[in-house]
Order: sequence, then structure tokens, then C-alpha cells
Amino acid sequence: MSKPKFKNPVVNWIDYRLPIFTFMNHELNEYPTPKNLNYFWNFGSLAGITLVIMIVTGIVLSMNYTAHIDYAFDSVERIMRDVNHGWLLRYIHMNGASFFFIVVYIHIFRGLYYGSYKAPREILWILGVLILLLMMATAFMGYVLPWGQMSFWGATVITNLFSAIPLVGESIVTWLWGGFSVDNPTLNRFFSLHFVLPFVIVGVVILHLVALHRFGSNNPIGIDVKGKQDTIPFHPYYTIKDLFGLSVFATIFAAAVFFFPNFMGHPDNYIPANPMVTPAHIVPEWYFLPFYAILRAIPDKLGGVLFMFGAIMVLFVLPWLDRSSVRSSQFRPLYKLFFWFLVIDCIALGYLGAMPAEGIYVVLSRLATAYYFFHFLIILPLLPKIESTRPLPVSISTPIITASSNASTVMAMREKK
Amino acid sequence: MTNKNTPDDKNKRDFLQVSTYALGAVGAASFVWPLINQMNPAADTLALASTEVDLEQLEEGQAITVTWRGKPVFIRHRTKEEIASAKDQLLDGLRDPQTDEERVQNEKYIVLVGVCTHLGCVPLGQKSGDVKGEYGGWFCPCHGSHYDHSGRIRKGPAPTNLEIPQYSFLSDTLIKIG
Repeated sequence: MSKPKFKNPVVNWIDYRLPIFTFMNHELNEYPTPKNLNYFWNFGSLAGITLVIMIVTGIVLSMNYTAHIDYAFDSVERIMRDVNHGWLLRYIHMNGASFFFIVVYIHIFRGLYYGSYKAPREILWILGVLILLLMMATAFMGYVLPWGQMSFWGATVITNLFSAIPLVGESIVTWLWGGFSVDNPTLNRFFSLHFVLPFVIVGVVILHLVALHRFGSNNPIGIDVKGKQDTIPFHPYYTIKDLFGLSVFATIFAAAVFFFPNFMGHPDNYIPANPMVTPAHIVPEWYFLPFYAILRAIPDKLGGVLFMFGAIMVLFVLPWLDRSSVRSSQFRPLYKLFFWFLVIDCIALGYLGAMPAEGIYVVLSRLATAYYFFHFLIILPLLPKIESTRPLPVSISTPIITASSNASTVMAMREKK
Repeated sequence: MTNKNTPDDKNKRDFLQVSTYALGAVGAASFVWPLINQMNPAADTLALASTEVDLEQLEEGQAITVTWRGKPVFIRHRTKEEIASAKDQLLDGLRDPQTDEERVQNEKYIVLVGVCTHLGCVPLGQKSGDVKGEYGGWFCPCHGSHYDHSGRIRKGPAPTNLEIPQYSFLSDTLIKIG
């Protein structure tokens, strides 16, 4: 046996037989991380923590929830009124869904801005898009569970998307419903799937992390780590930075839970589901709005569904659409410009998705939808041919040292360590 | 930078570290508590915690079982012989010594939680045909505990007498359990 790695003999005994401590030390402690990460790199760990919060509060909520059309709404109201701290747990879970999407969307746009999807991180990126898809399915089914008006009609509209499939569409929808409308069998299966999918997400997140740790994090200047001088150990440098980010996030999250818990929800969902009456203005949760806008922009049922799913599918092939060898926007002036156009386009789609599908909104939705696909399918493949990128630094350390007024001091300090 | 390692500085750092851990622990505990407390009885469950029973129809020698907090409560209108037998019992021979007077409010009616104090089965003895055990009160079929006319444990594995619920007589024949 090689010399003991850990001070605690019990830890050593276990580690010799099951190297879990070596693994944790390697991946969470000494794990070399680029030293120039900015705060946008906090959102990965924030997403992981939010997933844990969602699973923990979800498990305790399920202990008090009844998945039956006659009891679901009342059991949620009972959670709000009678169950000890039930209001808190439900508001955390409800707002947690929104915050999960906020965090993940920032995480995704971070990846877009700094080219984190490029070789050799293509599978890391694809796994991330898969997590987004699973999150959307989970969030949608979770929204059905309180069995309010929005739950019911959201479920009806979204499941009806599948009826656009030629020939077998109607049969698929009947199969999804377990009947001829959204009813008790639908609620039961959605509850079951809403419970199990988060654990599937945990599985994909683990793969996401394995892929991440293969080559380590990308960084703001997007060039590869050249050696030890470019990295710092994950602990304590990034554990403390992630914790600080978490405390800021938790403060905002707590403010939402305690002071405006229903801000991101819809009041109609406090009306019990009524299969006979559709609410006048039906919109999905905010995090689906851009996709909803794309769905409505296409004046054809099947086309709308295809374009909506296409908006996510295009992300899967992004690493092969953008062939520029430079990762970070910092050295791609044109890409940077188009990145911000895309951000504005997505926000516009989100706004248009919340507006009624009439008049000017329809025209704008179509323009915004066209631009979304234009960005990914035309601009990105063409850009490397016309863009002159800025010269890349030699290494991560080089610009930092030359930026320092006295480079020799920095070098001297490093030698002292 | 020059006084980085002075004892003062070290004390300050220790204090900051300890107070950070302490505050973190308080924060974690205050998040964990709602997760645990949600499993305690909810407000609507607690609101169902009392039951009223009218004993007008309960003849001497008869017994009824009512539900209180999801558990059976035995109410028996005892005969004169049963009362006498319960009262005459000397405390010496009892595992959980209690006089009959301590266990009733009106000696005609014995009110008991019908759950064996051994492992929670419901003892027999409420119906006229039931096995009532060697002491004529109740008999638990699970592990053979025998209870007398006062619901006191006399033989078998149960450690204590049948529990008396909190109750009060609202009138001569109307009682409120809980």
C-alpha cells in the first residue's frame, strides 16, 4: 500500500477498499480550474443546488399531495393552509421551478457567449441540452398537478401538440391521455413521471459533470489551459466563490418566496380545473414563452410544432453549425454582435409569447422566429468565412501578468509559494 | 501585507471562520426544520381531535367502540359485579398498580383507549361472544395480554394498563373524548 493520503486512519482504511475519498479529493478539492473564471461560471453549481432543492421540497410535498382529480386541488390548498410549513415548501418548489430556468438560461447563454460548446466539449453541451429538454417535460407535468384551470388547459394544449403528427397523431394523444380528454388517468401518470424525471435529470447531470471534468471548464478567454500556472485548485478558491454566489442567489430566491411568491405564476391556476370552460387568455409559464411564440408564429399546425421543437433541436447540432476555431466572443467582434442580437431576439420572443396572437404581434412573432433560425442556420456557419478574429493571448496567464504594472513582483510572489 | 501572521489577525480569522460555520449551521437547521415538521399532524388533523358520544342507549353490560384520533375507544357500561370485582382487587398483585377509582370518572362507565399497551393490537372483549381473558375484561389475541374489568394488565406481555383518554361528562350520559 502506498503512503497514506489522508490523516484520518478510518478514512484511509475505507479509501483503500473504496476510493471514494480519493475521487472526491480529485474532483472537488485539487481539481485544477482555470484561474480566470468570472461570475457567469457560478450558474452551473447554482443549477445543481436548485435541482437538489427541487427534489427535496418535491419529495416532502408529495407526502401531502393526492393525485386524483377530485382531491388534487384541495390537497394543494390543504398544503397551503393546514400542513405545517406547507405554504413555505410549496412556494419554494413553485418559485424554484422559475429560478431553475433563470439559472439554466443564464448558464446556456454563458456557454453561447464564451463558445463553451466547441471541441472538445460537444458531448458536454449535448448533455446540457438534454437536461433542458428533461427539465421542460418535468416542469410542464409539475404545473398540471395542482389541477387548476391553467394546469388543465396547459395540459390539454401541450398534449394536443402531438395530434399534429400525421396519421398516428390522434392515437398518440389518446395514448398520452389514457382516455378521450385530459382526465384522472392523465393526472396519475403525470404525477408518476413528474416524480421520476428529476432523478433521470440527476443521472444526466452526473454524465454532464463527467464530461466537464474530462477537459475542465472553459474560461472567459476561451483558450486551453497550457499548464499548472493557468489553474488554481477548485477548493478553496471556487468553493468559496460558488458559496458567495449561492448566498446572493438564495437572498433573491428568498425575497421571491416570501414577498412575491405568485409573481411568476398565473392567478387562473387558483380556480379549480373545469373541463367545460377554457380561460379567456391562456399562456404557458414564462419559461416556455419564447417557444410558445414560435409555435404560434407558424400558420400551420404541424409546422408550428416542428419549428418549436426545432428551436431546441438546433441547439443539439450547434457545435457543428459554428465552425470558428475561436471560442470566446472576446476575440470574435462579429459573433459578439450577433450574440446580443440573439439575446434580444429571445427576449422579444418571450414577450410576444405572452401577447395575444393577433395584429402586429403575429407579424413580429414571425420575424423574431425567422431571425432565431437565421442566426443558427445561416449566420453561424457563414461567420468564420467573413469574420477577422482578434489575436488570441499565448496563455491564460500571459495577459494577466502583462497587465500587471510590475510583472516581476508577481513572479517573485509565485516563487515564494 | 506585513502583519499577515500576527496573533491578532489569526484570532480575527478564527472568529470569522467559527461564526461563519455557526451561522451556516443555523441556516441549514432552519431550512431542514420545515422539511421535518411537515410530517407532524397538520392543522386539520388536529382539529379532528375530539369526539362526543351519547351513552343514553348503552344498557348495563353493553359496550361500544367509538373512533377518536383514528383509534378505537372502548366505553363499557359495567354491571354491579364487574364494578365490585374491579374495586375489590388488591393493588399488591398488579403490574401497574392503580385503584379502580383512579381509572373512572363515573364508576358505571369505564372509558379506555382500545389499544393494547404491548404492541398496539385491539384487544377482544367488546362483543358478548368475545374471549375476555382470565380476568373477564379484555384479552389481546396478538400476544395474549389479559386485562380486568378496569382495563388493568393482569397477565401477559403488556407493560401497563390500558390507557385512559382525556374525557369529560358534558351531562350524565353525554361524554366528550379529547
